[in-house]
Amino acid sequence: MSSDSTKKTIQVALGVCLVCSILVSTAAVSLSSRQAENKQLDKIKNILVAGGIDFTDKNPQQIYEDKIKPVTVELKSGKIINPEEKSSLLQPKNFEIKKVSNIPDLSTGIPASEDIAGIKRKPTHMVIYEVMDSEGNVDKYIFPVHGKGLWSTLYGFISLDNQLKTVEGITFYEHGETPGLGGEVDNPSWKNSWKGKKAFNEDGEYIIDVLKGKVDPSSPKSNHQIDGLSGSTLTTRGVDNLLKYWLGENGYGEFIENVREEGSDEEI
Amino acid sequence: MKKYKEILLDPIFNENPIALQILGICSALAVTAKLETSIVMSLAVIFVLTLSNFSVSLIRKHIPGSIRILVEMTIIASLVIIADQIIKAFLYDISKQLSVYVGLIITNCIIMGRAEAFALQNSPGRSALDGIGNGLGYTFVLLFVGFFRELFGSGKLLGFTVFPLNTEGGWYNPNGLFLLSPSAFILIGLLIWAIRTWKPEQVEEA
Repeated sequence: MSSDSTKKTIQVALGVCLVCSILVSTAAVSLSSRQAENKQLDKIKNILVAGGIDFTDKNPQQIYEDKIKPVTVELKSGKIINPEEKSSLLQPKNFEIKKVSNIPDLSTGIPASEDIAGIKRKPTHMVIYEVMDSEGNVDKYIFPVHGKGLWSTLYGFISLDNQLKTVEGITFYEHGETPGLGGEVDNPSWKNSWKGKKAFNEDGEYIIDVLKGKVDPSSPKSNHQIDGLSGSTLTTRGVDNLLKYWLGENGYGEFIENVREEGSDEEI
Repeated sequence: MKKYKEILLDPIFNENPIALQILGICSALAVTAKLETSIVMSLAVIFVLTLSNFSVSLIRKHIPGSIRILVEMTIIASLVIIADQIIKAFLYDISKQLSVYVGLIITNCIIMGRAEAFALQNSPGRSALDGIGNGLGYTFVLLFVGFFRELFGSGKLLGFTVFPLNTEGGWYNPNGLFLLSPSAFILIGLLIWAIRTWKPEQVEEA
């Protein structure tokens, strides 16, 4: 039978598709648990980095379980809720910002005038992470933040001290900014420059500005200003805006206010 | 008939797929800002190219002419997905940096080109060898570009500091151009110039 007959053509097409689909699905299925583990581990490492917790030579998973307490917060009321009453997707271990943002019941659209982070929709609830000290008190809070940079949406964490005044750390775990320019949001020395900055003024408003250029250390404002990344004005602006959004009234504002009102004794 | 050694080694300098045939340069621009990503990308291409050449050659006598390209594409796409899955499972950090570009190996003209130009006419063993050879040719160019881009763009090689940056107290003021894709064009251009000066027979008649 010639290779070009209709019957042969169909046979070969079917055969090739069958073999290929078996190979692809075998690879996808057999590797998926490993990939999920990697993803989870990566997230844990980033949470630890944001919280300034050293995990060199240690098992990050163990440290995470010992020190970090994830809680689900309703953004509108700023209250910690029990996720089981609402949806299993809001449970910390299942929570994925991207997934939840696309579920109508669990997310809201953001009016363009308020959408400085450029994300269009946001989850109604977010999972935040409390870092516990050895006595079981909250030592730091780690907030997930995301928003548009130049090319991509940046996903990261910012951690604040238990008074919710000072920045303890910042990190971005997923972005597609230009390596070496906007991609320098990963640069350890730049991330370090955030540590110790005053995030809120006396009235509780978020006041950190990421400048274009360098901070003048003699300026009285320098304790709440950050050097811009050189050669990446738009990424820098994106980071500035997304933090202003998430730490402002439309983001974690209510939660932050609640914590302040309850004072530092709330978790004892 | 070419000897095995020629099939393997010719694509590195004499018939380099990027430098002579100017194929597959899109990924050479995209992933070469760092040496590490260049290496992983090269390994993925060698993997896909070798196996696609081998598989296409294995069934070359049965592929109907009318769906030839589709069959090749299906095989290539499947191999690329497998490579992508493996990288995601075992080299997670690098897979984050390579992002979509592993998937885009599907559209890398070298792979389709070798299936069409070589694997359809040659035995599986020779085709696999041709795949390795062309993969090495691609690797050679990627490593060349990645080396210079990382060195001049970030002052590092494989993440280790070579030129201490002035932002971190050193003396080297990194050249931002090397971090952007156009620099790969310039480097590939220089490489082609160098190769064709060394081997003038590659120069095309004007």
